[in-house]
Amino acid sequence: MSHAIRLGSKRVGVELKQFFRDRESAMFNFALPMLLLVIFGSVFGGQSLEGTDITFAQYFVAGMIASGILYTSFQNLAISIPLEREDGTLKRLRGTPMPKASYFIGKIGMVFVAYVAQVTILIAVGVAFYGIDLPSTPNRWLTFVWVSVLGLIACTLLGIAYSVVPKSGRGASAVVTPVVLILQFTSGVFFVFNQLPQWMQTFASLFPLKWLTQAMRYVFLPDQAQAAEVAGEWELGMCALVLVIWVILGAILALVFFRWTPRGSKS
Amino acid sequence: MHEQFCVLQRRTGITIVSTTVERIAMAAIAVASLTKSFGEVHAVNGVSFEVAQGECLSLLGPNGAGKTTTTEILEGYTKPDSGHVEVLGHDPQHADLAWRARLGIVLQSVRDLGDLTVIEAVRHFAQYYPNPKDPEAVIAAVGLTHKAGSRNDQLSGGQRRRLDVALGVIGNPELLFLDEPTTGFDPEARREFWDLIESLKADGATILLTTHYLDEAERLADRVAVIARGRIIACDAPHLLGNRNTGLAVVSWTEGGIAHQEQTAQPTLLTQELAHRFNGEVPDLSIKRPSLEDTYLALIDGDELRGDAR
Repeated sequence: MSHAIRLGSKRVGVELKQFFRDRESAMFNFALPMLLLVIFGSVFGGQSLEGTDITFAQYFVAGMIASGILYTSFQNLAISIPLEREDGTLKRLRGTPMPKASYFIGKIGMVFVAYVAQVTILIAVGVAFYGIDLPSTPNRWLTFVWVSVLGLIACTLLGIAYSVVPKSGRGASAVVTPVVLILQFTSGVFFVFNQLPQWMQTFASLFPLKWLTQAMRYVFLPDQAQAAEVAGEWELGMCALVLVIWVILGAILALVFFRWTPRGSKS
Repeated sequence: MHEQFCVLQRRTGITIVSTTVERIAMAAIAVASLTKSFGEVHAVNGVSFEVAQGECLSLLGPNGAGKTTTTEILEGYTKPDSGHVEVLGHDPQHADLAWRARLGIVLQSVRDLGDLTVIEAVRHFAQYYPNPKDPEAVIAAVGLTHKAGSRNDQLSGGQRRRLDVALGVIGNPELLFLDEPTTGFDPEARREFWDLIESLKADGATILLTTHYLDEAERLADRVAVIARGRIIACDAPHLLGNRNTGLAVVSWTEGGIAHQEQTAQPTLLTQELAHRFNGEVPDLSIKRPSLEDTYLALIDGDELRGDAR
Protein backbone atom coordinates (compact mmCIF):
# COMPACT_ATOMS: atom_id res chain seq x y z
CA MET A 1 0.00 0.00 0.00
CA SER A 2 2.83 2.41 0.85
CA HIS A 3 4.26 1.54 -2.56
CA ALA A 4 0.95 2.51 -4.19
CA ILE A 5 0.90 5.80 -2.27
CA ARG A 6 4.53 6.58 -3.13
CA LEU A 7 3.92 5.99 -6.84
CA GLY A 8 0.61 7.84 -6.51
CA SER A 9 2.45 10.92 -5.25
CA LYS A 10 4.80 10.65 -8.26
CA ARG A 11 1.75 10.51 -10.49
CA VAL A 12 0.38 13.70 -8.91
CA GLY A 13 3.43 15.54 -10.26
CA VAL A 14 3.06 14.09 -13.74
CA GLU A 15 -0.69 14.72 -13.77
CA LEU A 16 -0.20 18.36 -12.76
CA LYS A 17 2.43 18.90 -15.45
CA GLN A 18 0.04 17.50 -18.05
CA PHE A 19 -2.92 19.46 -16.67
CA PHE A 20 -1.20 22.83 -16.79
CA ARG A 21 0.72 22.21 -20.03
CA ASP A 22 -2.43 21.27 -21.91
CA ARG A 23 -3.66 24.73 -22.79
CA GLU A 24 -7.27 23.69 -23.37
CA SER A 25 -7.69 21.90 -20.06
CA ALA A 26 -5.90 24.65 -18.13
CA MET A 27 -8.19 27.22 -19.76
CA PHE A 28 -11.41 25.26 -19.48
CA ASN A 29 -11.03 23.77 -16.01
CA PHE A 30 -8.69 26.18 -14.30
CA ALA A 31 -9.01 29.71 -15.66
CA LEU A 32 -12.72 29.73 -16.52
CA PRO A 33 -14.02 30.65 -13.03
CA MET A 34 -11.57 33.56 -12.92
CA LEU A 35 -12.72 34.80 -16.33
CA LEU A 36 -16.35 34.51 -15.24
CA LEU A 37 -15.59 36.34 -12.01
CA VAL A 38 -13.93 39.15 -13.98
CA ILE A 39 -16.85 39.40 -16.43
CA PHE A 40 -19.66 39.19 -13.87
CA GLY A 41 -17.71 41.27 -11.39
CA SER A 42 -17.16 44.03 -13.93
CA VAL A 43 -20.81 44.09 -15.05
CA PHE A 44 -22.72 43.58 -11.77
CA GLY A 45 -20.01 43.64 -9.14
CA GLY A 46 -20.93 46.95 -7.52
CA GLN A 47 -24.69 46.29 -7.33
CA SER A 48 -26.17 45.15 -4.05
CA LEU A 49 -28.52 42.24 -3.59
CA GLU A 50 -32.13 43.31 -2.94
CA GLY A 51 -32.63 44.73 0.52
CA THR A 52 -29.04 44.14 1.69
CA ASP A 53 -25.66 45.77 1.45
CA ILE A 54 -24.10 42.55 0.12
CA THR A 55 -22.52 43.13 -3.28
CA PHE A 56 -23.31 40.82 -6.16
CA ALA A 57 -19.56 40.14 -6.46
CA GLN A 58 -19.54 38.79 -2.90
CA TYR A 59 -22.49 36.52 -3.69
CA PHE A 60 -20.99 35.46 -6.98
CA VAL A 61 -17.57 34.53 -5.60
CA ALA A 62 -19.22 31.85 -3.43
CA GLY A 63 -20.80 30.33 -6.53
CA MET A 64 -17.60 30.53 -8.50
CA ILE A 65 -15.60 28.74 -5.81
CA ALA A 66 -18.26 26.03 -5.63
CA SER A 67 -18.15 25.80 -9.42
CA GLY A 68 -14.36 25.61 -9.20
CA ILE A 69 -14.78 22.37 -7.25
CA LEU A 70 -16.93 21.02 -10.07
CA TYR A 71 -14.57 22.25 -12.79
CA THR A 72 -11.29 20.96 -11.37
CA SER A 73 -12.69 17.58 -10.38
CA PHE A 74 -15.83 16.47 -12.23
CA GLN A 75 -15.47 18.35 -15.51
CA ASN A 76 -11.70 17.90 -15.66
CA LEU A 77 -11.77 14.13 -15.12
CA ALA A 78 -14.93 13.36 -17.08
CA ILE A 79 -13.30 14.99 -20.12
CA SER A 80 -9.67 13.93 -19.66
CA ILE A 81 -10.15 10.26 -18.73
CA PRO A 82 -12.00 9.38 -21.99
CA LEU A 83 -9.12 11.01 -23.85
CA GLU A 84 -6.66 8.92 -21.84
CA ARG A 85 -8.66 5.82 -22.60
CA GLU A 86 -8.53 6.62 -26.30
CA ASP A 87 -4.92 7.77 -26.71
CA GLY A 88 -3.50 4.69 -24.96
CA THR A 89 -2.52 6.29 -21.62
CA LEU A 90 -4.57 3.79 -19.62
CA LYS A 91 -3.57 0.84 -21.76
CA ARG A 92 0.10 1.65 -21.34
CA LEU A 93 -0.28 2.09 -17.58
CA ARG A 94 -2.08 -1.24 -17.26
CA GLY A 95 0.91 -2.87 -18.93
CA THR A 96 3.26 -1.62 -16.21
CA PRO A 97 3.58 -2.76 -12.59
CA MET A 98 1.99 0.51 -11.41
CA PRO A 99 -0.78 -0.32 -8.89
CA LYS A 100 -4.18 0.86 -10.12
CA ALA A 101 -4.65 2.76 -6.86
CA SER A 102 -1.68 4.97 -7.76
CA TYR A 103 -3.52 6.18 -10.84
CA PHE A 104 -6.49 7.31 -8.75
CA ILE A 105 -4.26 8.82 -6.06
CA GLY A 106 -2.57 10.78 -8.86
CA LYS A 107 -5.94 12.08 -10.11
CA ILE A 108 -7.18 13.03 -6.64
CA GLY A 109 -3.90 14.77 -5.79
CA MET A 110 -3.94 16.66 -9.06
CA VAL A 111 -7.52 17.77 -8.46
CA PHE A 112 -6.71 19.02 -4.94
CA VAL A 113 -3.61 20.97 -5.96
CA ALA A 114 -5.36 22.50 -8.98
CA TYR A 115 -8.34 23.50 -6.79
CA VAL A 116 -6.19 25.11 -4.08
CA ALA A 117 -4.30 27.10 -6.71
CA GLN A 118 -7.54 28.11 -8.41
CA VAL A 119 -9.29 29.19 -5.21
CA THR A 120 -6.26 31.18 -4.09
CA ILE A 121 -6.17 33.12 -7.35
CA LEU A 122 -9.98 33.54 -7.38
CA ILE A 123 -10.00 35.02 -3.89
CA ALA A 124 -6.96 37.20 -4.61
CA VAL A 125 -8.61 38.61 -7.74
CA GLY A 126 -11.88 39.11 -5.86
CA VAL A 127 -10.21 40.93 -2.98
CA ALA A 128 -7.96 43.03 -5.19
CA PHE A 129 -10.50 44.16 -7.80
CA TYR A 130 -14.04 43.62 -6.52
CA GLY A 131 -13.79 44.37 -2.81
CA ILE A 132 -14.59 40.80 -1.69
CA ASP A 133 -14.50 40.32 2.10
CA LEU A 134 -12.64 37.24 3.34
CA PRO A 135 -14.48 34.75 5.59
CA SER A 136 -15.02 36.55 8.89
CA THR A 137 -14.81 33.80 11.54
CA PRO A 138 -12.64 30.71 12.21
CA ASN A 139 -15.80 28.60 11.86
CA ARG A 140 -16.30 29.95 8.36
CA TRP A 141 -12.72 29.06 7.40
CA LEU A 142 -13.16 25.60 8.89
CA THR A 143 -16.38 25.10 6.92
CA PHE A 144 -14.57 26.35 3.81
CA VAL A 145 -12.04 23.53 4.27
CA TRP A 146 -14.40 20.63 5.00
CA VAL A 147 -16.90 21.59 2.33
CA SER A 148 -14.07 21.85 -0.21
CA VAL A 149 -12.62 18.49 0.78
CA LEU A 150 -15.95 16.63 0.78
CA GLY A 151 -17.01 18.34 -2.45
CA LEU A 152 -13.73 17.52 -4.19
CA ILE A 153 -13.86 13.87 -3.16
CA ALA A 154 -17.50 13.46 -4.22
CA CYS A 155 -17.04 15.25 -7.55
CA THR A 156 -13.73 13.46 -8.30
CA LEU A 157 -15.40 10.08 -7.84
CA LEU A 158 -18.38 11.22 -9.91
CA GLY A 159 -16.02 12.48 -12.62
CA ILE A 160 -14.27 9.10 -12.71
CA ALA A 161 -17.64 7.34 -12.94
CA TYR A 162 -19.04 9.76 -15.54
CA SER A 163 -15.94 9.27 -17.70
CA VAL A 164 -17.59 6.13 -19.10
CA VAL A 165 -20.47 8.18 -20.58
CA PRO A 166 -18.64 9.92 -23.46
CA LYS A 167 -18.33 7.53 -26.42
CA SER A 168 -15.10 9.13 -27.58
CA GLY A 169 -12.46 11.44 -26.21
CA ARG A 170 -13.21 14.10 -28.79
CA GLY A 171 -16.91 14.19 -27.95
CA ALA A 172 -16.41 14.20 -24.20
CA SER A 173 -16.84 17.91 -23.54
CA ALA A 174 -20.15 17.83 -25.46
CA VAL A 175 -21.70 15.47 -22.90
CA VAL A 176 -19.94 16.87 -19.83
CA THR A 177 -20.23 20.65 -20.21
CA PRO A 178 -24.06 20.71 -20.46
CA VAL A 179 -24.30 18.82 -17.15
CA VAL A 180 -22.05 21.38 -15.47
CA LEU A 181 -23.90 24.34 -17.03
CA ILE A 182 -27.36 23.04 -16.09
CA LEU A 183 -26.23 22.46 -12.51
CA GLN A 184 -24.71 25.93 -12.38
CA PHE A 185 -27.88 27.63 -13.66
CA THR A 186 -30.16 25.69 -11.32
CA SER A 187 -27.94 25.74 -8.22
CA GLY A 188 -27.71 29.47 -7.60
CA VAL A 189 -24.32 30.11 -9.17
CA PHE A 190 -25.36 32.56 -11.87
CA PHE A 191 -28.77 33.53 -10.42
CA VAL A 192 -29.80 34.19 -6.85
CA PHE A 193 -31.10 30.80 -5.69
CA ASN A 194 -34.25 31.91 -3.87
CA GLN A 195 -35.49 33.66 -7.02
CA LEU A 196 -35.49 30.44 -9.04
CA PRO A 197 -38.75 28.52 -9.67
CA GLN A 198 -39.62 25.94 -7.03
CA TRP A 199 -39.16 22.92 -9.34
CA MET A 200 -35.71 24.12 -10.30
CA GLN A 201 -34.74 24.45 -6.64
CA THR A 202 -36.01 20.95 -5.94
CA PHE A 203 -34.12 19.54 -8.92
CA ALA A 204 -30.87 21.23 -7.87
CA SER A 205 -31.23 19.97 -4.29
CA LEU A 206 -30.62 16.44 -5.52
CA PHE A 207 -27.07 17.29 -6.66
CA PRO A 208 -23.93 18.41 -4.85
CA LEU A 209 -23.45 21.82 -6.49
CA LYS A 210 -26.49 23.44 -4.84
CA TRP A 211 -25.18 22.42 -1.42
CA LEU A 212 -21.62 23.42 -2.20
CA THR A 213 -22.80 26.85 -3.33
CA GLN A 214 -25.02 27.27 -0.27
CA ALA A 215 -22.20 26.31 2.11
CA MET A 216 -19.85 28.70 0.31
CA ARG A 217 -22.44 31.45 0.81
CA TYR A 218 -22.24 30.74 4.55
CA VAL A 219 -18.46 31.05 4.25
CA PHE A 220 -18.43 34.33 2.32
CA LEU A 221 -21.65 36.13 3.28
CA PRO A 222 -22.51 37.82 6.60
CA ASP A 223 -25.08 36.29 9.01
CA GLN A 224 -27.83 38.65 7.88
CA ALA A 225 -27.87 36.88 4.49
CA GLN A 226 -29.13 33.73 6.20
CA ALA A 227 -32.69 35.04 6.10
CA ALA A 228 -32.55 35.09 2.28
CA GLU A 229 -31.92 31.33 2.11
CA VAL A 230 -34.88 29.22 1.05
CA ALA A 231 -34.86 27.36 4.35
CA GLY A 232 -34.17 30.55 6.29
CA GLU A 233 -30.87 29.06 7.51
CA TRP A 234 -27.56 27.74 6.10
CA GLU A 235 -28.41 24.02 6.62
CA LEU A 236 -24.74 23.03 7.04
CA GLY A 237 -25.72 19.66 8.56
CA MET A 238 -27.88 18.87 5.55
CA CYS A 239 -25.06 19.99 3.27
CA ALA A 240 -22.62 17.60 4.98
CA LEU A 241 -25.15 14.77 4.76
CA VAL A 242 -25.83 15.28 1.04
CA LEU A 243 -22.11 15.48 0.27
CA VAL A 244 -21.36 12.31 2.25
CA ILE A 245 -24.16 10.48 0.41
CA TRP A 246 -22.66 11.62 -2.91
CA VAL A 247 -19.20 10.49 -1.78
CA ILE A 248 -20.57 7.00 -1.09
CA LEU A 249 -22.65 6.97 -4.27
CA GLY A 250 -19.68 8.29 -6.27
CA ALA A 251 -17.41 5.61 -4.88
CA ILE A 252 -19.89 2.87 -5.79
CA LEU A 253 -20.51 4.27 -9.28
CA ALA A 254 -16.78 4.70 -9.92
CA LEU A 255 -15.99 1.17 -8.77
CA VAL A 256 -18.83 -0.39 -10.77
CA PHE A 257 -18.60 1.59 -13.99
CA PHE A 258 -14.97 2.66 -14.40
CA ARG A 259 -13.23 0.97 -17.29
CA TRP A 260 -9.68 0.99 -18.56
CA THR A 261 -10.56 0.33 -22.17
CA PRO A 262 -12.85 2.18 -24.60
CA ARG A 263 -16.36 0.82 -24.99
CA GLY A 264 -16.63 -1.71 -27.80
CA SER A 265 -12.87 -2.21 -27.89
CA LYS A 266 -11.52 -5.69 -28.34
CA SER A 267 -9.88 -5.96 -24.97
CA MET B 1 -2.76 -46.52 4.82
CA HIS B 2 -3.22 -42.89 5.70
CA GLU B 3 0.51 -42.44 5.95
CA GLN B 4 1.00 -44.06 2.59
CA PHE B 5 -1.49 -41.73 1.03
CA CYS B 6 0.30 -38.72 2.46
CA VAL B 7 3.62 -39.94 1.14
CA LEU B 8 2.07 -40.51 -2.23
CA GLN B 9 0.53 -37.07 -2.19
CA ARG B 10 3.78 -35.50 -1.12
CA ARG B 11 5.57 -37.40 -3.81
CA THR B 12 3.06 -36.36 -6.46
CA GLY B 13 3.28 -32.80 -5.18
CA ILE B 14 7.02 -32.82 -5.64
CA THR B 15 6.71 -34.30 -9.10
CA ILE B 16 4.27 -31.60 -10.15
CA VAL B 17 6.49 -28.87 -8.78
CA SER B 18 9.55 -30.20 -10.54
CA THR B 19 7.85 -30.52 -13.93
CA THR B 20 6.51 -26.98 -13.59
CA VAL B 21 9.98 -25.66 -12.79
CA GLU B 22 11.39 -27.54 -15.76
CA ARG B 23 8.81 -26.08 -18.05
CA ILE B 24 9.40 -22.56 -16.78
CA ALA B 25 13.11 -23.00 -17.32
CA MET B 26 12.45 -24.06 -20.90
CA ALA B 27 9.73 -21.75 -22.14
CA ALA B 28 9.11 -18.09 -21.44
CA ILE B 29 5.82 -18.37 -23.31
CA ALA B 30 3.73 -21.51 -23.71
CA VAL B 31 0.43 -21.35 -25.60
CA ALA B 32 -1.78 -24.29 -26.42
CA SER B 33 -5.07 -24.42 -28.38
CA LEU B 34 -5.75 -20.75 -27.86
CA THR B 35 -9.04 -19.37 -29.17
CA LYS B 36 -10.69 -15.97 -29.06
CA SER B 37 -13.72 -14.76 -30.97
CA PHE B 38 -15.19 -11.29 -31.26
CA GLY B 39 -18.82 -11.91 -32.17
CA GLU B 40 -18.77 -13.97 -35.37
CA VAL B 41 -15.08 -13.40 -36.04
CA HIS B 42 -12.69 -16.13 -34.93
CA ALA B 43 -9.70 -13.87 -34.37
CA VAL B 44 -7.59 -16.63 -32.83
CA ASN B 45 -8.60 -20.14 -33.82
CA GLY B 46 -6.47 -22.75 -32.07
CA VAL B 47 -3.00 -21.26 -31.80
CA SER B 48 -0.21 -23.24 -30.11
CA PHE B 49 3.45 -22.31 -29.79
CA GLU B 50 6.27 -21.90 -27.32
CA VAL B 51 8.99 -19.33 -26.99
CA ALA B 52 12.13 -20.46 -25.18
CA GLN B 53 13.88 -18.18 -22.75
CA GLY B 54 16.24 -15.87 -24.58
CA GLU B 55 14.62 -16.63 -27.90
CA CYS B 56 13.17 -14.11 -30.34
CA LEU B 57 10.01 -15.33 -32.05
CA SER B 58 8.49 -13.20 -34.77
CA LEU B 59 4.79 -13.34 -35.56
CA LEU B 60 4.15 -12.65 -39.23
CA GLY B 61 0.82 -12.45 -40.93
CA PRO B 62 -1.55 -10.23 -42.87
CA ASN B 63 -3.61 -7.56 -41.10
CA GLY B 64 -6.45 -9.13 -39.15
CA ALA B 65 -4.74 -12.53 -38.99
CA GLY B 66 -4.84 -12.57 -35.18
CA LYS B 67 -1.33 -11.37 -34.35
CA THR B 68 -2.30 -8.49 -32.10
CA THR B 69 -5.10 -10.44 -30.42
CA THR B 70 -2.67 -13.27 -29.62
CA THR B 71 -0.11 -10.79 -28.31
CA GLU B 72 -2.68 -8.98 -26.18
CA ILE B 73 -3.82 -12.26 -24.64
CA LEU B 74 -0.21 -12.96 -23.67
CA GLU B 75 0.12 -9.44 -22.25
CA GLY B 76 -2.98 -9.97 -20.11
CA TYR B 77 -5.09 -7.34 -21.87
CA THR B 78 -7.50 -9.79 -23.46
CA LYS B 79 -9.17 -12.81 -21.92
CA PRO B 80 -9.03 -15.86 -24.20
CA ASP B 81 -12.16 -17.95 -24.80
CA SER B 82 -10.29 -21.21 -24.32
CA GLY B 83 -6.84 -22.72 -24.34
CA HIS B 84 -3.82 -22.73 -22.11
CA VAL B 85 -1.57 -19.69 -21.70
CA GLU B 86 1.55 -19.45 -19.59
CA VAL B 87 3.81 -16.40 -19.67
CA LEU B 88 6.88 -16.45 -17.43
CA GLY B 89 5.19 -19.26 -15.52
CA HIS B 90 1.90 -17.42 -14.88
CA ASP B 91 -1.54 -17.20 -16.41
CA PRO B 92 -1.68 -13.56 -17.60
CA GLN B 93 -5.32 -13.29 -16.49
CA HIS B 94 -4.36 -14.03 -12.87
CA ALA B 95 -0.90 -12.52 -12.68
CA ASP B 96 0.20 -9.90 -10.18
CA LEU B 97 2.24 -6.71 -10.46
CA ALA B 98 5.52 -8.54 -9.72
CA TRP B 99 4.86 -10.49 -12.93
CA ARG B 100 4.12 -7.25 -14.79
CA ALA B 101 7.45 -5.86 -13.64
CA ARG B 102 9.21 -8.60 -15.64
CA LEU B 103 7.49 -7.63 -18.90
CA GLY B 104 8.13 -4.84 -21.34
CA ILE B 105 5.35 -3.92 -23.73
CA VAL B 106 5.54 -1.80 -26.86
CA LEU B 107 1.95 -1.39 -27.99
CA GLN B 108 0.62 -0.50 -31.38
CA SER B 109 -0.71 3.02 -31.96
CA VAL B 110 -0.57 4.84 -28.65
CA ARG B 111 -0.41 8.63 -28.68
CA ASP B 112 -0.25 9.42 -24.97
CA LEU B 113 2.16 11.48 -22.85
CA GLY B 114 2.12 14.34 -25.38
CA ASP B 115 2.48 17.05 -22.74
CA LEU B 116 5.59 15.55 -21.12
CA THR B 117 9.14 15.68 -22.44
CA VAL B 118 11.01 12.54 -23.47
CA ILE B 119 13.20 12.54 -20.37
CA GLU B 120 10.27 13.26 -18.03
CA ALA B 121 8.27 10.35 -19.42
CA VAL B 122 11.15 7.86 -19.33
CA ARG B 123 12.21 8.90 -15.80
CA HIS B 124 8.62 8.66 -14.58
CA PHE B 125 8.08 5.17 -15.98
CA ALA B 126 11.43 4.02 -14.58
CA GLN B 127 9.95 4.60 -11.10
CA TYR B 128 7.34 1.90 -11.65
CA TYR B 129 9.94 -0.87 -11.87
CA PRO B 130 12.01 -2.49 -9.12
CA ASN B 131 15.15 -2.75 -11.24
CA PRO B 132 15.01 -0.16 -14.03
CA LYS B 133 17.66 0.74 -16.57
CA ASP B 134 19.23 4.17 -16.47
CA PRO B 135 16.81 6.60 -18.23
CA GLU B 136 19.57 8.62 -19.93
CA ALA B 137 21.23 5.43 -21.19
CA VAL B 138 17.93 4.12 -22.58
CA ILE B 139 17.21 7.42 -24.31
CA ALA B 140 20.68 7.29 -25.83
CA ALA B 141 20.15 3.68 -26.92
CA VAL B 142 16.99 4.58 -28.85
CA GLY B 143 18.76 7.60 -30.35
CA LEU B 144 16.67 10.32 -28.74
CA THR B 145 19.37 12.10 -26.70
CA HIS B 146 19.11 15.24 -28.85
CA LYS B 147 15.33 15.22 -28.29
CA ALA B 148 15.38 14.42 -24.57
CA GLY B 149 14.05 17.86 -23.63
CA SER B 150 11.38 18.02 -26.36
CA ARG B 151 7.69 17.60 -25.76
CA ASN B 152 6.55 14.22 -26.94
CA ASP B 153 3.79 15.72 -29.10
CA GLN B 154 6.50 17.46 -31.13
CA LEU B 155 8.31 14.25 -32.04
CA SER B 156 8.10 12.79 -35.55
CA GLY B 157 6.37 9.45 -36.05
CA GLY B 158 9.61 7.51 -35.92
CA GLN B 159 10.89 9.41 -32.88
CA ARG B 160 7.58 8.78 -31.13
CA ARG B 161 7.96 5.06 -31.80
CA ARG B 162 11.48 5.13 -30.34
CA LEU B 163 10.03 6.68 -27.20
CA ASP B 164 7.56 3.77 -27.03
CA VAL B 165 10.48 1.37 -27.30
CA ALA B 166 12.36 3.28 -24.58
CA LEU B 167 9.33 2.97 -22.28
CA GLY B 168 9.04 -0.72 -23.16
CA VAL B 169 12.61 -1.53 -22.17
CA ILE B 170 13.09 0.90 -19.25
CA GLY B 171 12.04 -1.75 -16.70
CA ASN B 172 14.81 -4.11 -17.79
CA PRO B 173 12.30 -6.74 -18.97
CA GLU B 174 12.90 -10.47 -19.11
CA LEU B 175 10.27 -10.68 -21.80
CA LEU B 176 9.68 -7.94 -24.34
CA PHE B 177 6.60 -7.65 -26.55
CA LEU B 178 7.14 -5.55 -29.66
CA ASP B 179 4.02 -4.91 -31.74
CA GLU B 180 5.09 -3.45 -35.09
CA PRO B 181 7.84 -1.46 -33.43
CA THR B 182 9.48 0.10 -36.49
CA THR B 183 6.42 1.38 -38.36
CA GLY B 184 7.33 4.86 -39.59
CA PHE B 185 11.09 4.42 -39.16
CA ASP B 186 13.47 5.49 -41.91
CA PRO B 187 15.93 2.75 -43.01
CA GLU B 188 18.74 4.10 -40.87
CA ALA B 189 16.56 4.31 -37.75
CA ARG B 190 15.37 0.76 -38.41
CA ARG B 191 18.96 -0.49 -38.48
CA GLU B 192 19.74 1.34 -35.21
CA PHE B 193 16.64 -0.19 -33.69
CA TRP B 194 17.75 -3.66 -34.75
CA ASP B 195 21.09 -3.08 -33.02
CA LEU B 196 19.22 -2.09 -29.86
CA ILE B 197 17.06 -5.21 -29.94
CA GLU B 198 20.09 -7.40 -30.57
CA SER B 199 21.83 -5.92 -27.54
CA LEU B 200 18.74 -6.74 -25.45
CA LYS B 201 18.81 -10.27 -26.82
CA ALA B 202 22.48 -10.52 -25.95
CA ASP B 203 21.51 -9.63 -22.38
CA GLY B 204 19.19 -12.65 -22.36
CA ALA B 205 15.78 -11.04 -22.95
CA THR B 206 13.05 -13.10 -24.60
CA ILE B 207 11.32 -11.22 -27.40
CA LEU B 208 7.99 -11.65 -29.16
CA LEU B 209 8.14 -9.47 -32.25
CA THR B 210 5.12 -8.72 -34.41
CA THR B 211 6.07 -7.12 -37.68
CA HIS B 212 5.16 -6.59 -41.33
CA TYR B 213 8.80 -6.26 -42.34
CA LEU B 214 10.24 -9.59 -43.43
CA ASP B 215 13.81 -8.28 -43.44
CA GLU B 216 13.27 -7.31 -39.81
CA ALA B 217 12.03 -10.79 -38.91
CA GLU B 218 14.89 -12.39 -40.83
CA ARG B 219 17.46 -10.26 -39.04
CA LEU B 220 16.10 -10.46 -35.47
CA ALA B 221 14.07 -13.64 -35.12
CA ASP B 222 15.38 -17.06 -34.19
CA ARG B 223 12.08 -18.45 -35.43
CA VAL B 224 9.14 -17.00 -37.29
CA ALA B 225 5.54 -18.09 -36.93
CA VAL B 226 3.22 -17.26 -39.82
CA ILE B 227 -0.36 -16.61 -38.70
CA ALA B 228 -3.27 -16.54 -41.11
CA ARG B 229 -6.97 -16.51 -40.29
CA GLY B 230 -6.32 -17.14 -36.61
CA ARG B 231 -4.05 -20.17 -37.02
CA ILE B 232 -0.33 -20.74 -37.27
CA ILE B 233 0.34 -22.16 -40.74
CA ALA B 234 4.12 -22.41 -40.48
CA CYS B 235 6.70 -21.98 -37.75
CA ASP B 236 10.43 -22.39 -38.25
CA ALA B 237 13.79 -20.63 -38.35
CA PRO B 238 13.73 -17.90 -41.02
CA HIS B 239 16.10 -19.76 -43.36
CA LEU B 240 14.15 -23.02 -43.00
CA LEU B 241 10.60 -21.64 -43.26
CA GLY B 242 8.43 -23.45 -45.79
CA ASN B 243 11.44 -25.63 -46.78
CA ARG B 244 13.04 -22.64 -48.46
CA ASN B 245 16.50 -24.15 -47.95
CA THR B 246 15.65 -27.30 -49.89
CA GLY B 247 12.97 -25.88 -52.19
CA LEU B 248 13.41 -25.30 -55.89
CA ALA B 249 16.02 -22.73 -56.84
CA VAL B 250 15.77 -20.58 -59.93
CA VAL B 251 18.87 -20.54 -62.16
CA SER B 252 18.89 -17.84 -64.83
CA TRP B 253 21.38 -16.94 -67.54
CA THR B 254 21.52 -15.43 -71.03
CA GLU B 255 22.07 -17.57 -74.09
CA GLY B 256 22.10 -16.28 -77.65
CA GLY B 257 20.80 -12.90 -76.47
CA ILE B 258 17.75 -14.51 -74.84
CA ALA B 259 17.17 -14.68 -71.06
CA HIS B 260 16.70 -18.24 -69.82
CA GLN B 261 15.31 -19.45 -66.51
CA GLU B 262 15.05 -22.90 -65.02
CA GLN B 263 13.62 -24.17 -61.76
CA THR B 264 15.61 -26.98 -60.28
CA ALA B 265 16.17 -28.93 -57.11
CA GLN B 266 19.83 -29.34 -58.10
CA PRO B 267 21.14 -25.88 -59.01
CA THR B 268 24.77 -26.87 -58.59
CA LEU B 269 24.44 -29.62 -61.15
CA LEU B 270 22.70 -27.36 -63.64
CA THR B 271 25.34 -24.68 -63.20
CA GLN B 272 28.03 -27.25 -63.84
CA GLU B 273 26.34 -28.32 -67.06
CA LEU B 274 26.01 -24.70 -68.11
CA ALA B 275 29.67 -24.03 -67.35
CA HIS B 276 30.51 -27.01 -69.51
CA ARG B 277 28.30 -25.83 -72.33
CA PHE B 278 29.71 -22.30 -72.31
CA ASN B 279 33.18 -23.64 -71.69
CA GLY B 280 33.78 -21.13 -68.86
CA GLU B 281 31.75 -18.13 -67.68
CA VAL B 282 27.98 -18.34 -68.05
CA PRO B 283 26.61 -14.92 -69.13
CA ASP B 284 24.38 -13.23 -66.48
CA LEU B 285 24.35 -16.30 -64.28
CA SER B 286 22.33 -16.11 -61.09
CA ILE B 287 20.96 -18.69 -58.68
CA LYS B 288 18.06 -17.61 -56.52
CA ARG B 289 16.58 -19.41 -53.56
CA PRO B 290 13.11 -18.23 -52.58
CA SER B 291 13.45 -15.19 -50.27
CA LEU B 292 11.64 -15.12 -46.95
CA GLU B 293 9.16 -12.81 -48.62
CA ASP B 294 8.54 -15.29 -51.50
CA THR B 295 8.08 -18.09 -49.00
CA TYR B 296 5.80 -16.02 -46.80
CA LEU B 297 3.62 -14.90 -49.71
CA ALA B 298 3.40 -18.47 -51.02
CA LEU B 299 2.31 -19.68 -47.57
CA ILE B 300 -0.35 -16.98 -47.28
CA ASP B 301 -1.62 -17.56 -50.85
CA GLY B 302 -1.75 -21.31 -50.29
CA ASP B 303 -3.72 -20.81 -47.09
CA GLU B 304 -6.20 -18.51 -48.81
CA LEU B 305 -6.74 -21.06 -51.58
CA ARG B 306 -7.41 -23.77 -49.02
CA GLY B 307 -9.74 -21.41 -47.17
CA ASP B 308 -11.69 -20.61 -50.35
CA ALA B 309 -11.92 -24.29 -51.31
CA ARG B 310 -13.58 -25.11 -48.00
